[in-house]
Amino acid sequence: MKENTPLAAADLLSAISDKVNACIQCGTCSASCPNAFAMDFSPRHLWRLLQAGEIQAVLTSRSFSLCSTCYYCTLRCPRGLPLTDIMSALKQVSARQLPMLDPSGVLFYQKFLESVRRHGRVREMEFMTLYFSAMKNPLLPFQFASLGIRLISRKKLPFQLPSRGSERLNTLFRRVNELENAP
Amino acid sequence: MKYLYYPGCSLEGSAQEYNISTKAVLKALGVDLLELSDWTCCGASAAAAVSPLLALALPARNLAIAETIADVSDMLVPCSACYLNLKKVEETIRREPGVLVKLNAALETENLKLSGRIRVRHLLDVLSRDIDLNRIRSLATKPLSMLRIAPYYGCQCLRPYPVFDNPERPVSMNPLIEAAGARVHPWAMGGICCGASNLNTHPTVGISLVTALLKEAQGADAIVTVCPMCQLNLEGYQNKAADACNEAIQIAVLYLPQLLGIALGLPNTDIRLDLNLSANTAFRKKCEI
Repeated sequence: MKENTPLAAADLLSAISDKVNACIQCGTCSASCPNAFAMDFSPRHLWRLLQAGEIQAVLTSRSFSLCSTCYYCTLRCPRGLPLTDIMSALKQVSARQLPMLDPSGVLFYQKFLESVRRHGRVREMEFMTLYFSAMKNPLLPFQFASLGIRLISRKKLPFQLPSRGSERLNTLFRRVNELENAP
Repeated sequence: MKYLYYPGCSLEGSAQEYNISTKAVLKALGVDLLELSDWTCCGASAAAAVSPLLALALPARNLAIAETIADVSDMLVPCSACYLNLKKVEETIRREPGVLVKLNAALETENLKLSGRIRVRHLLDVLSRDIDLNRIRSLATKPLSMLRIAPYYGCQCLRPYPVFDNPERPVSMNPLIEAAGARVHPWAMGGICCGASNLNTHPTVGISLVTALLKEAQGADAIVTVCPMCQLNLEGYQNKAADACNEAIQIAVLYLPQLLGIALGLPNTDIRLDLNLSANTAFRKKCEI
Protein backbone atom coordinates (compact mmCIF):
# COMPACT_ATOMS: atom_id res chain seq x y z
CA MET A 1 0.00 0.00 0.00
CA LYS A 2 1.34 3.39 -0.94
CA GLU A 3 0.00 5.53 1.86
CA ASN A 4 1.90 3.94 4.74
CA THR A 5 3.52 6.32 7.17
CA PRO A 6 6.69 6.01 9.31
CA LEU A 7 4.52 6.62 12.39
CA ALA A 8 2.85 3.24 12.03
CA ALA A 9 6.29 1.66 11.62
CA ALA A 10 7.50 3.05 14.96
CA ASP A 11 4.40 1.71 16.71
CA LEU A 12 4.95 -1.68 15.15
CA LEU A 13 8.56 -1.79 16.32
CA SER A 14 7.77 -1.12 19.96
CA ALA A 15 5.04 -3.75 19.85
CA ILE A 16 7.57 -6.23 18.43
CA SER A 17 10.14 -5.55 21.14
CA ASP A 18 7.47 -6.09 23.81
CA LYS A 19 6.64 -9.47 22.33
CA VAL A 20 10.17 -10.87 22.63
CA ASN A 21 10.74 -9.65 26.20
CA ALA A 22 9.88 -13.09 27.54
CA CYS A 23 12.45 -14.86 25.29
CA ILE A 24 14.83 -16.99 27.40
CA GLN A 25 17.43 -17.41 24.63
CA CYS A 26 17.13 -21.20 24.53
CA GLY A 27 17.76 -21.30 20.77
CA THR A 28 14.99 -23.77 19.91
CA CYS A 29 13.88 -21.34 17.17
CA SER A 30 17.33 -21.25 15.55
CA ALA A 31 17.66 -25.03 15.68
CA SER A 32 14.21 -25.40 14.09
CA CYS A 33 14.60 -22.77 11.35
CA PRO A 34 15.17 -24.25 7.87
CA ASN A 35 16.69 -20.97 6.65
CA ALA A 36 18.93 -20.14 9.64
CA PHE A 37 21.97 -21.38 7.70
CA ALA A 38 21.66 -18.43 5.33
CA MET A 39 20.89 -15.71 7.93
CA ASP A 40 23.42 -13.19 9.20
CA PHE A 41 21.84 -13.33 12.68
CA SER A 42 20.13 -16.51 13.85
CA PRO A 43 16.54 -16.06 15.03
CA ARG A 44 17.67 -16.34 18.68
CA HIS A 45 20.33 -13.67 18.08
CA LEU A 46 17.73 -11.43 16.46
CA TRP A 47 15.47 -11.58 19.55
CA ARG A 48 18.46 -10.73 21.78
CA LEU A 49 19.23 -7.67 19.65
CA LEU A 50 15.58 -6.59 19.92
CA GLN A 51 15.68 -7.01 23.71
CA ALA A 52 18.83 -4.90 23.81
CA GLY A 53 17.20 -2.18 21.68
CA GLU A 54 19.71 -2.64 18.83
CA ILE A 55 17.07 -1.55 16.31
CA GLN A 56 19.50 -0.54 13.59
CA ALA A 57 21.28 -3.90 13.67
CA VAL A 58 17.92 -5.70 13.50
CA LEU A 59 16.54 -3.68 10.61
CA THR A 60 19.70 -3.90 8.50
CA SER A 61 19.86 -7.67 9.00
CA ARG A 62 18.53 -9.89 6.21
CA SER A 63 17.44 -12.62 8.64
CA PHE A 64 13.72 -11.86 8.71
CA SER A 65 13.52 -11.45 4.93
CA LEU A 66 14.58 -15.12 4.68
CA CYS A 67 11.74 -16.37 6.90
CA SER A 68 9.61 -18.73 4.79
CA THR A 69 6.79 -18.84 7.40
CA CYS A 70 7.03 -22.57 8.17
CA TYR A 71 5.93 -21.92 11.79
CA TYR A 72 8.30 -24.48 13.34
CA CYS A 73 9.70 -21.83 15.72
CA THR A 74 6.21 -20.70 16.75
CA LEU A 75 5.13 -24.29 17.32
CA ARG A 76 8.15 -25.19 19.43
CA CYS A 77 8.89 -21.97 21.38
CA PRO A 78 8.75 -22.98 25.08
CA ARG A 79 7.53 -19.47 25.95
CA GLY A 80 4.76 -19.63 23.37
CA LEU A 81 5.97 -16.50 21.56
CA PRO A 82 4.46 -15.75 18.12
CA LEU A 83 7.90 -15.77 16.48
CA THR A 84 6.75 -16.21 12.86
CA ASP A 85 4.39 -13.25 13.26
CA ILE A 86 7.31 -11.25 14.65
CA MET A 87 9.35 -12.08 11.54
CA SER A 88 6.41 -10.84 9.41
CA ALA A 89 6.15 -7.69 11.52
CA LEU A 90 9.85 -7.02 10.92
CA LYS A 91 9.24 -7.45 7.17
CA GLN A 92 6.49 -4.81 7.46
CA VAL A 93 8.67 -2.29 9.28
CA SER A 94 11.58 -2.88 6.94
CA ALA A 95 9.36 -2.49 3.85
CA ARG A 96 8.24 0.90 5.18
CA GLN A 97 11.53 2.24 6.46
CA LEU A 98 14.29 0.61 4.43
CA PRO A 99 12.71 -0.79 1.25
CA MET A 100 16.04 -0.61 -0.60
CA LEU A 101 17.67 -3.25 1.62
CA ASP A 102 15.66 -6.17 0.28
CA PRO A 103 14.04 -4.85 -2.90
CA SER A 104 13.21 -8.30 -4.26
CA GLY A 105 11.19 -9.29 -1.18
CA VAL A 106 9.49 -5.93 -0.78
CA LEU A 107 8.57 -5.45 -4.43
CA PHE A 108 7.50 -9.08 -4.87
CA TYR A 109 4.86 -8.71 -2.17
CA GLN A 110 3.85 -5.17 -3.20
CA LYS A 111 3.26 -6.10 -6.82
CA PHE A 112 1.33 -9.21 -5.79
CA LEU A 113 -1.02 -7.05 -3.74
CA GLU A 114 -1.22 -4.47 -6.53
CA SER A 115 -2.69 -7.14 -8.82
CA VAL A 116 -5.09 -8.25 -6.06
CA ARG A 117 -6.24 -4.67 -5.45
CA ARG A 118 -6.97 -4.21 -9.16
CA HIS A 119 -8.81 -7.45 -9.89
CA GLY A 120 -9.78 -9.03 -6.56
CA ARG A 121 -7.79 -12.14 -7.47
CA VAL A 122 -4.12 -12.23 -8.32
CA ARG A 123 -3.29 -12.58 -11.99
CA GLU A 124 -0.04 -14.51 -11.93
CA MET A 125 1.22 -13.24 -15.28
CA GLU A 126 0.40 -9.60 -14.52
CA PHE A 127 1.96 -9.83 -11.08
CA MET A 128 5.26 -11.18 -12.42
CA THR A 129 5.29 -8.55 -15.21
CA LEU A 130 4.80 -5.77 -12.66
CA TYR A 131 7.51 -7.32 -10.45
CA PHE A 132 10.04 -7.55 -13.29
CA SER A 133 9.49 -3.98 -14.40
CA ALA A 134 9.74 -2.65 -10.83
CA MET A 135 13.01 -4.52 -10.22
CA LYS A 136 14.53 -2.80 -13.29
CA ASN A 137 16.91 -5.72 -13.82
CA PRO A 138 16.79 -6.83 -17.45
CA LEU A 139 18.36 -10.21 -16.58
CA LEU A 140 15.85 -11.12 -13.86
CA PRO A 141 13.11 -12.51 -16.18
CA PHE A 142 15.62 -15.06 -17.51
CA GLN A 143 15.82 -16.69 -14.05
CA PHE A 144 12.14 -17.52 -14.42
CA ALA A 145 12.09 -18.14 -18.18
CA SER A 146 12.35 -21.93 -18.08
CA LEU A 147 9.58 -22.35 -15.51
CA GLY A 148 7.45 -19.67 -17.20
CA ILE A 149 7.67 -21.32 -20.60
CA ARG A 150 6.70 -24.71 -19.16
CA LEU A 151 3.68 -23.15 -17.43
CA ILE A 152 2.60 -21.16 -20.51
CA SER A 153 2.98 -24.18 -22.82
CA ARG A 154 0.48 -26.03 -20.61
CA LYS A 155 -1.88 -23.02 -20.76
CA LYS A 156 -1.59 -22.64 -16.99
CA LEU A 157 -0.76 -18.94 -17.13
CA PRO A 158 -3.51 -17.14 -19.07
CA PHE A 159 -1.81 -14.42 -21.10
CA GLN A 160 -3.12 -11.16 -19.71
CA LEU A 161 -1.47 -7.79 -20.12
CA PRO A 162 -1.39 -5.67 -16.96
CA SER A 163 -4.54 -3.58 -16.71
CA ARG A 164 -6.14 -1.34 -14.13
CA GLY A 165 -9.06 -3.73 -13.95
CA SER A 166 -12.19 -2.83 -12.02
CA GLU A 167 -10.17 -1.59 -9.03
CA ARG A 168 -12.13 -4.34 -7.32
CA LEU A 169 -10.66 -4.05 -3.83
CA ASN A 170 -9.64 -0.40 -3.90
CA THR A 171 -12.17 0.65 -1.26
CA LEU A 172 -11.25 -2.14 1.15
CA PHE A 173 -7.50 -1.48 0.77
CA ARG A 174 -8.05 2.25 1.40
CA ARG A 175 -10.25 1.64 4.42
CA VAL A 176 -7.73 -0.79 5.96
CA ASN A 177 -5.00 1.77 5.50
CA GLU A 178 -7.08 4.48 7.20
CA LEU A 179 -7.87 2.20 10.14
CA GLU A 180 -4.25 1.13 10.50
CA ASN A 181 -2.91 4.67 10.54
CA ALA A 182 -5.66 6.15 12.70
CA PRO A 183 -4.18 7.88 15.79
CA MET B 1 -22.11 -33.98 2.97
CA LYS B 2 -21.99 -30.36 1.85
CA TYR B 3 -19.21 -27.78 2.10
CA LEU B 4 -18.67 -24.25 0.94
CA TYR B 5 -15.72 -24.19 -1.44
CA TYR B 6 -12.95 -21.57 -1.61
CA PRO B 7 -10.56 -22.47 -4.47
CA GLY B 8 -8.17 -19.50 -4.24
CA CYS B 9 -6.23 -17.74 -7.01
CA SER B 10 -3.64 -20.45 -7.77
CA LEU B 11 -6.35 -22.98 -8.50
CA GLU B 12 -7.55 -20.77 -11.36
CA GLY B 13 -4.04 -20.53 -12.82
CA SER B 14 -0.90 -22.55 -12.20
CA ALA B 15 -2.73 -25.12 -10.02
CA GLN B 16 -5.75 -25.82 -12.27
CA GLU B 17 -5.26 -29.57 -12.00
CA TYR B 18 -5.62 -29.30 -8.20
CA ASN B 19 -9.00 -27.60 -8.66
CA ILE B 20 -10.21 -30.06 -11.31
CA SER B 21 -9.11 -33.20 -9.44
CA THR B 22 -10.39 -31.96 -6.04
CA LYS B 23 -13.87 -31.35 -7.46
CA ALA B 24 -13.93 -34.64 -9.39
CA VAL B 25 -12.75 -36.83 -6.52
CA LEU B 26 -15.09 -35.24 -3.97
CA LYS B 27 -17.99 -35.65 -6.39
CA ALA B 28 -17.12 -39.32 -6.83
CA LEU B 29 -17.05 -39.68 -3.03
CA GLY B 30 -20.52 -38.14 -2.75
CA VAL B 31 -19.50 -34.73 -1.41
CA ASP B 32 -21.28 -31.54 -2.56
CA LEU B 33 -19.24 -28.38 -3.00
CA LEU B 34 -20.82 -24.97 -3.17
CA GLU B 35 -18.26 -22.51 -4.56
CA LEU B 36 -18.31 -19.15 -2.83
CA SER B 37 -19.58 -16.50 -5.24
CA ASP B 38 -17.41 -13.44 -5.73
CA TRP B 39 -14.51 -14.75 -3.64
CA THR B 40 -11.31 -12.70 -3.65
CA CYS B 41 -7.65 -13.30 -2.80
CA CYS B 42 -6.79 -14.37 0.78
CA GLY B 43 -3.65 -12.18 0.81
CA ALA B 44 -1.23 -15.12 0.36
CA SER B 45 2.07 -14.53 2.15
CA ALA B 46 2.18 -11.03 0.69
CA ALA B 47 -0.32 -9.21 2.90
CA ALA B 48 1.34 -10.35 6.15
CA ALA B 49 4.62 -8.91 4.93
CA VAL B 50 3.00 -5.53 4.26
CA SER B 51 0.18 -4.87 6.73
CA PRO B 52 -1.15 -6.85 9.72
CA LEU B 53 -4.72 -5.60 9.30
CA LEU B 54 -4.81 -6.24 5.55
CA ALA B 55 -3.56 -9.79 6.22
CA LEU B 56 -6.74 -10.39 8.22
CA ALA B 57 -9.16 -8.20 6.24
CA LEU B 58 -8.60 -9.96 2.89
CA PRO B 59 -9.50 -13.46 4.17
CA ALA B 60 -12.20 -11.99 6.48
CA ARG B 61 -14.02 -10.63 3.44
CA ASN B 62 -14.42 -14.18 2.13
CA LEU B 63 -15.56 -15.56 5.48
CA ALA B 64 -18.15 -12.78 5.68
CA ILE B 65 -19.48 -13.74 2.24
CA ALA B 66 -19.59 -17.38 3.38
CA GLU B 67 -21.69 -16.37 6.38
CA THR B 68 -24.40 -15.01 4.09
CA ILE B 69 -25.09 -18.58 2.91
CA ALA B 70 -27.44 -20.34 5.29
CA ASP B 71 -27.29 -23.99 6.42
CA VAL B 72 -23.59 -24.60 5.67
CA SER B 73 -21.00 -24.18 8.40
CA ASP B 74 -17.78 -25.64 6.96
CA MET B 75 -15.67 -24.10 4.20
CA LEU B 76 -13.32 -26.44 2.37
CA VAL B 77 -10.00 -24.98 1.18
CA PRO B 78 -7.46 -26.98 -0.87
CA CYS B 79 -4.58 -24.43 -0.83
CA SER B 80 -2.58 -24.46 2.40
CA ALA B 81 -1.68 -20.77 2.26
CA CYS B 82 -5.34 -19.76 1.75
CA TYR B 83 -6.31 -22.23 4.48
CA LEU B 84 -3.95 -20.72 7.04
CA ASN B 85 -4.93 -17.13 6.25
CA LEU B 86 -8.63 -17.95 6.60
CA LYS B 87 -8.02 -20.10 9.70
CA LYS B 88 -6.02 -17.28 11.28
CA VAL B 89 -9.08 -15.01 11.11
CA GLU B 90 -11.24 -17.72 12.68
CA GLU B 91 -8.74 -18.22 15.53
CA THR B 92 -7.85 -14.57 16.06
CA ILE B 93 -11.38 -13.22 16.39
CA ARG B 94 -12.18 -15.97 18.89
CA ARG B 95 -9.29 -14.88 21.11
CA GLU B 96 -9.31 -11.12 20.46
CA PRO B 97 -12.81 -9.65 20.12
CA GLY B 98 -11.27 -6.22 19.49
CA VAL B 99 -9.92 -7.49 16.17
CA LEU B 100 -13.43 -8.49 15.09
CA VAL B 101 -14.63 -4.94 15.69
CA LYS B 102 -11.79 -3.55 13.59
CA LEU B 103 -12.38 -6.05 10.79
CA ASN B 104 -16.06 -5.16 10.69
CA ALA B 105 -15.13 -1.50 10.46
CA ALA B 106 -13.16 -2.40 7.33
CA LEU B 107 -15.78 -4.76 5.88
CA GLU B 108 -18.47 -2.11 6.23
CA THR B 109 -17.19 -0.61 2.97
CA GLU B 110 -18.11 -3.90 1.25
CA ASN B 111 -21.51 -4.08 2.97
CA LEU B 112 -20.39 -7.21 4.78
CA LYS B 113 -20.43 -8.27 8.42
CA LEU B 114 -18.39 -10.99 10.10
CA SER B 115 -19.51 -12.94 13.16
CA GLY B 116 -17.16 -15.94 13.16
CA ARG B 117 -19.69 -18.65 12.35
CA ILE B 118 -17.69 -20.43 9.63
CA ARG B 119 -15.32 -23.32 10.33
CA VAL B 120 -12.36 -23.36 7.92
CA ARG B 121 -11.36 -26.87 6.81
CA HIS B 122 -8.34 -27.94 4.77
CA LEU B 123 -9.02 -30.46 1.99
CA LEU B 124 -6.77 -32.96 3.80
CA ASP B 125 -8.72 -32.40 7.03
CA VAL B 126 -11.96 -33.30 5.24
CA LEU B 127 -10.46 -36.27 3.36
CA SER B 128 -8.81 -37.73 6.45
CA ARG B 129 -11.56 -37.13 9.02
CA ASP B 130 -14.93 -36.82 7.27
CA ILE B 131 -14.63 -39.40 4.49
CA ASP B 132 -15.11 -43.09 5.23
CA LEU B 133 -11.95 -44.91 4.13
CA ASN B 134 -14.06 -47.93 3.17
CA ARG B 135 -15.77 -45.77 0.60
CA ILE B 136 -12.41 -44.98 -1.02
CA ARG B 137 -11.35 -48.66 -0.78
CA SER B 138 -14.54 -49.87 -2.42
CA LEU B 139 -14.28 -47.32 -5.26
CA ALA B 140 -10.52 -47.81 -5.85
CA THR B 141 -10.71 -50.08 -8.83
CA LYS B 142 -7.29 -49.43 -10.31
CA PRO B 143 -4.48 -51.53 -8.81
CA LEU B 144 -1.70 -49.21 -7.64
CA SER B 145 0.30 -51.55 -5.41
CA MET B 146 3.36 -50.98 -7.61
CA LEU B 147 3.45 -47.31 -6.61
CA ARG B 148 5.48 -46.05 -3.68
CA ILE B 149 4.28 -42.60 -2.63
CA ALA B 150 6.07 -40.00 -0.50
CA PRO B 151 3.42 -37.94 1.36
CA TYR B 152 4.40 -34.28 1.53
CA TYR B 153 2.36 -32.00 3.80
CA GLY B 154 4.40 -28.81 3.78
CA CYS B 155 3.94 -26.34 6.61
CA GLN B 156 0.82 -24.29 6.66
CA CYS B 157 -1.83 -27.01 6.87
CA LEU B 158 0.03 -28.32 9.97
CA ARG B 159 1.35 -25.25 11.75
CA PRO B 160 0.83 -23.12 13.76
CA TYR B 161 -2.66 -24.60 14.32
CA PRO B 162 -2.53 -28.37 14.89
CA VAL B 163 -6.11 -29.05 13.79
CA PHE B 164 -6.17 -32.50 12.23
CA ASP B 165 -2.66 -33.95 12.35
CA ASN B 166 0.55 -34.10 14.34
CA PRO B 167 2.38 -30.88 13.37
CA GLU B 168 5.81 -32.47 13.94
CA ARG B 169 5.26 -35.96 12.49
CA PRO B 170 2.24 -35.77 10.20
CA VAL B 171 0.57 -39.07 9.24
CA SER B 172 -2.93 -38.18 8.00
CA MET B 173 -2.12 -39.00 4.35
CA ASN B 174 -0.91 -42.55 5.06
CA PRO B 175 -4.36 -44.20 5.38
CA LEU B 176 -5.55 -42.35 2.26
CA ILE B 177 -2.58 -43.50 0.18
CA GLU B 178 -3.08 -47.05 1.42
CA ALA B 179 -6.83 -46.93 0.78
CA ALA B 180 -5.94 -45.92 -2.78
CA GLY B 181 -3.96 -49.14 -3.00
CA ALA B 182 -0.46 -47.62 -3.09
CA ARG B 183 2.41 -47.97 -0.60
CA VAL B 184 3.84 -45.21 1.59
CA HIS B 185 7.48 -44.18 1.11
CA PRO B 186 8.90 -43.95 4.64
CA TRP B 187 10.58 -40.60 5.16
CA ALA B 188 10.83 -37.89 7.80
CA MET B 189 10.49 -34.92 5.42
CA GLY B 190 6.69 -34.69 5.18
CA GLY B 191 6.42 -31.53 7.29
CA ILE B 192 9.72 -29.86 6.38
CA CYS B 193 9.51 -26.50 4.56
CA CYS B 194 9.90 -26.39 0.74
CA GLY B 195 11.29 -22.85 0.80
CA ALA B 196 7.99 -21.16 -0.08
CA SER B 197 8.44 -17.76 -1.77
CA ASN B 198 12.21 -17.81 -1.17
CA LEU B 199 12.34 -19.72 -4.46
CA ASN B 200 11.39 -16.40 -6.07
CA THR B 201 12.96 -13.83 -3.76
CA HIS B 202 16.10 -15.66 -2.48
CA PRO B 203 16.52 -18.49 -5.02
CA THR B 204 19.80 -20.05 -3.81
CA VAL B 205 18.39 -20.45 -0.28
CA GLY B 206 15.11 -21.86 -1.59
CA ILE B 207 16.80 -24.29 -3.98
CA SER B 208 18.80 -25.85 -1.15
CA LEU B 209 15.56 -26.69 0.72
CA VAL B 210 13.94 -28.15 -2.39
CA THR B 211 17.09 -30.17 -3.11
CA ALA B 212 17.12 -31.73 0.38
CA LEU B 213 13.49 -32.82 -0.04
CA LEU B 214 13.90 -34.24 -3.53
CA LYS B 215 16.99 -36.22 -2.49
CA GLU B 216 15.14 -37.83 0.42
CA ALA B 217 12.29 -38.77 -1.91
CA GLN B 218 14.57 -40.88 -4.11
CA GLY B 219 13.20 -44.40 -4.16
CA ALA B 220 9.61 -43.22 -4.30
CA ASP B 221 7.65 -43.19 -7.56
CA ALA B 222 5.96 -39.91 -6.73
CA ILE B 223 5.58 -37.20 -4.12
CA VAL B 224 2.01 -36.13 -3.35
CA THR B 225 1.26 -32.61 -2.15
CA VAL B 226 -1.68 -30.64 -0.77
CA CYS B 227 -0.47 -27.09 -1.56
CA PRO B 228 0.05 -25.28 -4.88
CA MET B 229 3.23 -23.57 -3.72
CA CYS B 230 4.83 -26.80 -2.46
CA GLN B 231 3.78 -28.46 -5.71
CA LEU B 232 5.31 -25.75 -7.93
CA ASN B 233 8.54 -25.63 -5.91
CA LEU B 234 9.01 -29.40 -5.90
CA GLU B 235 8.20 -29.95 -9.58
CA GLY B 236 9.38 -26.71 -11.15
CA TYR B 237 12.96 -26.62 -9.88
CA GLN B 238 14.14 -30.22 -10.31
CA ASN B 239 16.76 -29.21 -12.91
CA LYS B 240 18.20 -26.59 -10.60
CA ALA B 241 18.16 -29.04 -7.67
CA ALA B 242 20.01 -31.59 -9.81
CA ASP B 243 22.63 -28.95 -10.65
CA ALA B 244 22.92 -27.98 -6.98
CA CYS B 245 23.71 -31.49 -5.76
CA ASN B 246 25.28 -32.95 -8.90
CA GLU B 247 22.89 -35.88 -8.93
CA ALA B 248 20.20 -36.94 -11.34
CA ILE B 249 16.90 -35.89 -9.80
CA GLN B 250 13.63 -36.62 -11.50
CA ILE B 251 10.48 -37.57 -9.68
CA ALA B 252 6.79 -37.20 -10.40
CA VAL B 253 5.02 -34.73 -8.12
CA LEU B 254 1.23 -34.69 -8.05
CA TYR B 255 -1.61 -33.44 -5.94
CA LEU B 256 -3.20 -35.88 -3.49
CA PRO B 257 -6.63 -35.78 -5.22
CA GLN B 258 -4.88 -36.59 -8.52
CA LEU B 259 -3.54 -39.80 -6.97
CA LEU B 260 -6.96 -40.61 -5.53
CA GLY B 261 -8.51 -39.89 -8.93
CA ILE B 262 -6.13 -42.37 -10.60
CA ALA B 263 -7.07 -45.00 -8.01
CA LEU B 264 -10.76 -44.35 -8.54
CA GLY B 265 -10.30 -44.88 -12.24
CA LEU B 266 -11.42 -41.38 -13.18
CA PRO B 267 -10.67 -40.24 -16.76
CA ASN B 268 -7.71 -37.94 -17.39
CA THR B 269 -10.13 -35.04 -17.98
CA ASP B 270 -10.83 -35.28 -14.21
CA ILE B 271 -7.18 -35.64 -13.20
CA ARG B 272 -5.23 -33.69 -15.81
CA LEU B 273 -1.82 -35.26 -15.29
CA ASP B 274 -0.92 -33.58 -18.59
CA LEU B 275 -0.86 -30.25 -16.73
CA ASN B 276 1.77 -31.37 -14.21
CA LEU B 277 5.33 -30.29 -14.92
CA SER B 278 6.77 -33.49 -13.53
CA ALA B 279 4.34 -36.36 -14.11
CA ASN B 280 6.91 -37.96 -16.39
CA THR B 281 6.23 -40.70 -18.90
CA ALA B 282 7.80 -43.34 -16.64
CA PHE B 283 5.28 -42.55 -13.93
CA ARG B 284 2.31 -42.42 -16.27
CA LYS B 285 3.34 -45.70 -17.84
CA LYS B 286 3.64 -47.31 -14.43
CA CYS B 287 0.08 -46.40 -13.50
CA GLU B 288 -1.16 -46.85 -17.07
CA ILE B 289 -2.65 -43.42 -17.55
